[in-house]
Amino acid sequence: MLSGWGNYPRVEARLLMARGRDEARAAVSSEASLIARGNGRSYGDAALNPNAVLSMLRSSRMIAFDEESGRLTCEAGVMLADILDVFVPRGWFAPVTPGTKFVTVGGMIASDVHGKNHHGAGSFTEHVDSFDLALADGQVVTCSRSENADLFAATCGGMGLTGTIVSATFRLIRVESPYIRQETRQAANLAEAMALLDQSASSTYSVAWIDCLSTGARMGRSVIFCGEHALPHELPSPPPKADTRTVTMPFHAPAMLLNRWSVSAFNEFYYRRNPAGTAIIPYGPYFYPLDAILAWNRLYGRAGFVQYQCVLPKAAAAEGMATLLRRIAASGKGSFLAVLKQFGATNPHGMLSFPMEGYTLALDFAVDRKTLALLGELDAITGDHGGRIYLAKDACSRPDLLRRGYPRLDEFLAVRHKVDPDNKFSSLLSQRLGL
Amino acid sequence: MSKSVLILGAASDIGLAIAHEFAREKAGVILAAREPGRLEADAVDLRVRYGTEVTVTEFDILRTDRHDAFLDGLPALPDVVVCVVGLLTGQAELVMQTNFNAPALMLEAVAARMEARGTGSIVGISSVAGDRGRASNYVYGSAKAGFTAFLSGLRNRLAAKGVQVVTVKPGFVRTKMTAGMKLPGPITAEPKEVGAAVLAAVERKRDVIYVRPVWRLIMTIIRLIPETIFKRLSL
Repeated sequence: MLSGWGNYPRVEARLLMARGRDEARAAVSSEASLIARGNGRSYGDAALNPNAVLSMLRSSRMIAFDEESGRLTCEAGVMLADILDVFVPRGWFAPVTPGTKFVTVGGMIASDVHGKNHHGAGSFTEHVDSFDLALADGQVVTCSRSENADLFAATCGGMGLTGTIVSATFRLIRVESPYIRQETRQAANLAEAMALLDQSASSTYSVAWIDCLSTGARMGRSVIFCGEHALPHELPSPPPKADTRTVTMPFHAPAMLLNRWSVSAFNEFYYRRNPAGTAIIPYGPYFYPLDAILAWNRLYGRAGFVQYQCVLPKAAAAEGMATLLRRIAASGKGSFLAVLKQFGATNPHGMLSFPMEGYTLALDFAVDRKTLALLGELDAITGDHGGRIYLAKDACSRPDLLRRGYPRLDEFLAVRHKVDPDNKFSSLLSQRLGL
Repeated sequence: MSKSVLILGAASDIGLAIAHEFAREKAGVILAAREPGRLEADAVDLRVRYGTEVTVTEFDILRTDRHDAFLDGLPALPDVVVCVVGLLTGQAELVMQTNFNAPALMLEAVAARMEARGTGSIVGISSVAGDRGRASNYVYGSAKAGFTAFLSGLRNRLAAKGVQVVTVKPGFVRTKMTAGMKLPGPITAEPKEVGAAVLAAVERKRDVIYVRPVWRLIMTIIRLIPETIFKRLSL
């Protein structure tokens, strides 16, 4: 049985392994229908195909690194965690990082992931120079902004549907220390939170944890975390030690553990224990607080969970977010892991790249029948406000919302049809959304 | 550590995992395998990650007549020699050759040179299968039992000569060799764990290690079962 990080849906699937370009090419050639898979951290059904799933996790070799420019070339299955382990001590950091380091380079390109610095740095593939792609016809081609440019643009955020990425070259950034200077601020409601995020546009990193169950005057109360890479002279001496301990969630929690009351109580606690202030912390807890709890997805019980992440364009965001939050608070279903963040401009290259200038909201829901109905309503609100949903999180949405939200969809489909006329690269997500 | 390590059978998942652990500690690494071409990408990977010196060299342990020439052809006798060579299934004679005769003869040649130098570490990857012969894999098990006994004797001989000998019994490991087998999660190790255990065993001067300690208990129990009962079990 295979599933995404949300444990929903689950399917029986044949898992193939490829180590390196030749094995990837051979696997692609031998199957009529397949989808590549990295570390399985997309939440829904993006890396599932009942016929065959091609795991790239063993394609995990680094190929070249240029100490001058920070250019790293590696196989697609190299994990971000490995890159950080190797290069942070040498003064480099990922140009863009999602909220977990347990993702592969191939997965980061296929989902065109974003991070807390999207408003300044854009999404991950904006830092990618080129990649090698195994196509449906068995060829491996190099794609960049100048070579096979349309295939490059369709593959950045293309959810693995144009081919299988076998290796990639992208640029790391220089950092002066492995620490983050974190500035915490509190916002009493949604309007204040959005204003604070707007004001923090000059911060390198910014993100808000948002209480999606509070209502009335406190609706959307938030804690905003801004961050800068700390400079050596800012570090206390001795610098705080990185806590590398992890705990593993040993089993699926009973579904009833998460309810309106337990989540409200957690939110109250979380809001109070994060007062305004500044602190120097290791990069791990700033970027990857949940990575310390291995298998935290079991918190949502055996039935699994879905993460809903949408973005609303700036002009419609204030009204749209308020409508979304009211609907979520009324349902009592929201989880405590809710995030609000401001996005910068859309990636000019990725045809199906998720971010657009505006605000994005992400939160988890344990799966049950009511949740699925609620998600349909949230989709409608998102669509009505000119927004779209993030395919890397999605497990439930429908083709019409995809079409409304992604204006370059036809361009993408044209490229896909050209390189893969028989839809060899196919996932439950692509089948559900008619991609 | 600025040691040098020679890994015999480096193309295996366990061999590569051991290479990563030593390279991370800045050891120079020599990867020896039958098809060195297949290891070039791995050598590049090790160099990019750890900035250490990595060389790939052709070596077929079954060509026992060439063992001495191979060792004499190295730029220097390495500080650590790890033998990962193994074959789980196949024609009985080949399984015996690959798991016992050839590795034992090769490590004997290594031992002579390390003894003369007065320093060194020899690591043999043996198997829990050698702790007691079982119906399902006794050809493999008996060859590993022989290898375990060989390593034990070698350790005894070299104890006072400055040369360390480590016997490693990994238990189940998720590798290409065991792909497709149903392995019980809690007692199955990842190759990375074996690599880390080998490095730790060399650094801490250990003699015999089971990668997951629970295997020591499991094999103690299996060894204690009387033969009259054992022969009726399906193992």
